Amino acid sequence: MIETQELTKIFDDFTAVNHVTLNVHSGQILALLGPNGAGKTTTVRMLSSILRPSSGWARVAGYDVYTQPSEVRKMVGVLTEHHGLYGRMNADEYLIFFGELYGYSRSHILRKINPLLEQLGMDQYRKKRLGEYSKGMRQKLALVRALIHEPPVLLLDEPTSAMDPESARIVRTAIKSLSNKERTIILCTHNLVEAEELCDQISIIQEGSIILNKSMQEVKNSLVGSPVFAAKFVASMDGKFFDLPDGVQMVNRNESTIYFKVEKPTIQNPVLIRLLTEKYDLLSFEEVPIKLEDAYMGAINQIKKNNNDE
Amino acid sequence: MMSNQLKLALVITKREVRDQFRDWRIIFPILGLTIFFPFLMNFTTAQVLQFVNRYGATIVGERLVPFSMMIVGFFPISVSLVIALESFVGEKERGSIEPLFNTPLLDWQIYIGKLISSIVPPLFASFVGMLVYCVGLIINDVPLPELHLIIQIVAITIIQAVVMVAGAVVVSTQATSVRAANLLASFIIIPMALLIQGESIVMFWGNYATLWWVVFGLSVLAILLLRIGLAHFSREELLGRDIDVLNFRWGWKVFRMNFLGNATNLRNWYQFEVFPYIREIRYSILILSLLVLVAFFVGKTQITRFELPVEQLGVENMQAQLTLLSQNWSFGDFSPVIAIFWQNIRVILLAFILGVITLGIFGVLPLFASIGIVGYIMGLLGNAGLSVSTYFLGFILPHGIIEIPAAVIATAAIFQIGVILATPDNQQTIGEVWIKSIANWAKVMLGLVIPMMILSAMIEVWATPELALWLIP
Repeated sequence: MIETQELTKIFDDFTAVNHVTLNVHSGQILALLGPNGAGKTTTVRMLSSILRPSSGWARVAGYDVYTQPSEVRKMVGVLTEHHGLYGRMNADEYLIFFGELYGYSRSHILRKINPLLEQLGMDQYRKKRLGEYSKGMRQKLALVRALIHEPPVLLLDEPTSAMDPESARIVRTAIKSLSNKERTIILCTHNLVEAEELCDQISIIQEGSIILNKSMQEVKNSLVGSPVFAAKFVASMDGKFFDLPDGVQMVNRNESTIYFKVEKPTIQNPVLIRLLTEKYDLLSFEEVPIKLEDAYMGAINQIKKNNNDE
Repeated sequence: MMSNQLKLALVITKREVRDQFRDWRIIFPILGLTIFFPFLMNFTTAQVLQFVNRYGATIVGERLVPFSMMIVGFFPISVSLVIALESFVGEKERGSIEPLFNTPLLDWQIYIGKLISSIVPPLFASFVGMLVYCVGLIINDVPLPELHLIIQIVAITIIQAVVMVAGAVVVSTQATSVRAANLLASFIIIPMALLIQGESIVMFWGNYATLWWVVFGLSVLAILLLRIGLAHFSREELLGRDIDVLNFRWGWKVFRMNFLGNATNLRNWYQFEVFPYIREIRYSILILSLLVLVAFFVGKTQITRFELPVEQLGVENMQAQLTLLSQNWSFGDFSPVIAIFWQNIRVILLAFILGVITLGIFGVLPLFASIGIVGYIMGLLGNAGLSVSTYFLGFILPHGIIEIPAAVIATAAIFQIGVILATPDNQQTIGEVWIKSIANWAKVMLGLVIPMMILSAMIEVWATPELALWLIP
């Protein structure tokens, strides 16, 4: 659905996006992760045919962003950090305006926006001036605007940045509800919690280059290493030690819980569990979820290390 | 198909107009200028009429009535400038331009939609104001201006609004902030103020036919501005540019790149930069060459309007004058050569300045005027029964064969500034095109025009008087 090859954007002497190659399929939500100024917005603007690539190419929903900009824009819904609403209009007027720009009739637009506004809990505010909306409401309305033409591709550029936690939660829930098999979503963010919550694919962009592009699980596994399991016992385990099998390592412990890093869980876990239950009452044995934050930091550290080695 | 596309542009217009009519900062001035101001003008006109009629100066009163109507019409359209100036850059600052750019609308649809929305409300207010003024005249028993004059005033008002808005929208698309756009607005306000002053003179002078020329001139300017705006409108540039600090280093780099190119030596420079550029501007050279012919014949026809006795040209003692000239301008004496050369260069520099500030249009005037004068003198000589070809061969051709082409090339390079600005190229900003055009002009000047002008000045000083002396009996 979204395909880029060596996509590059150079502004004068500054390379904002450097040979970015991405492939996002239908139904996928890709998180484009990176710090401020990493090149996320420039990438989104190229994918929505607002900026022309300096080199490389990109196809969105089968259309070339350089040669078929109008077709690309018909296929793409974009939500930017700045919602860009007109303060003197109300929600209906605003959405009808954008709907008309896509060539729809007023009645058709109203038919389309009614369920969307309802879904996002905006129905009762549709006659209120947009200037009086809260940040969360504005961003939700902007989301409806981006969806008015039912685009198969959604580009969300830092949709929750500079928002209070409650508003951010509302918008995240809304985004989550929009994903389906036919829709491809790219979410640009530097919020790792958001990416973890919403996305199944991760690309980390730094200084314009993609430094990592994997599925969420792959990212966690490859960058944080072997999975960690927490064994919780009924009684306190202070001062208790085990003769652990090869490939298993104790990494942490507290009163009644011991953490083990297991290289090959499918092989080593049954052995480990048998060992643990031989003498003690084991309450639970489960994998400790790896946080994306750890993975992200792992990636950044690895790059720093590689750069230093060079 | 086209009407459907225009319909989409009008969706933007509709929204913007509705938005303007919700903004009290626009509504109040417009209301004041459409209702209160025409009444004030009615009162003033009635008072002035009474006063001047008392002293028999009825003509002043007669001229004042249409003049006041023009002013009543102009004031509301000045609001259009404010609206148009912030049309693009204002939306950019408020962050609402990007959603608009993300729609499948074509560049021209967005541009035209906004352009019309900046014109319509002020123009509507202007018509209402003029209507209120006319009603006031009727109520006060003051005769209305003649119908053709009313049509002229309405036409001028419309075209002035279009020019102002077209210029302001160009500024708005190229400026980095509303503040920068407001600062650049003086490039529109000052010429418009001068134009209004000129129109006022014409109206009191009573030469109303001249106003049609004003309408024509402004129409050309409006089309050019519209064309330039559309040609250089770029979503990317508008979103991408944030810094409004003068970047001299960048400016110099662009200039140098266009002036020198990749030339490593003089031969290279002529081969890859100067001559290819002459080829590039060949159509401008052709147009200017035709214009030279037109100027010559226009000048020639002016002898009936501006009669001058041929004796004033000093034909009778031509021999003596030429002899004296050839004695004073002795071969090898460079001071008259420098004087003539500097005179020609000054004229070209004047053309350049005029061209740079008027998108190349007025840059042709010095050449047109110079050739027009030659045509006029030749016309006078012909009218006096003297041989035009002999005088032309003796006085003009020897150095003119170099000087006129040099002037045509220099003027074509100036004219090219407007041509390039009006050529669609949304990859370059207007500023960039401007710098490149100036660099190209400098290239032509240094590479061709200046050497040709030096050579022609040398011929004019050292050869032309001798030839003329030999040819003219």
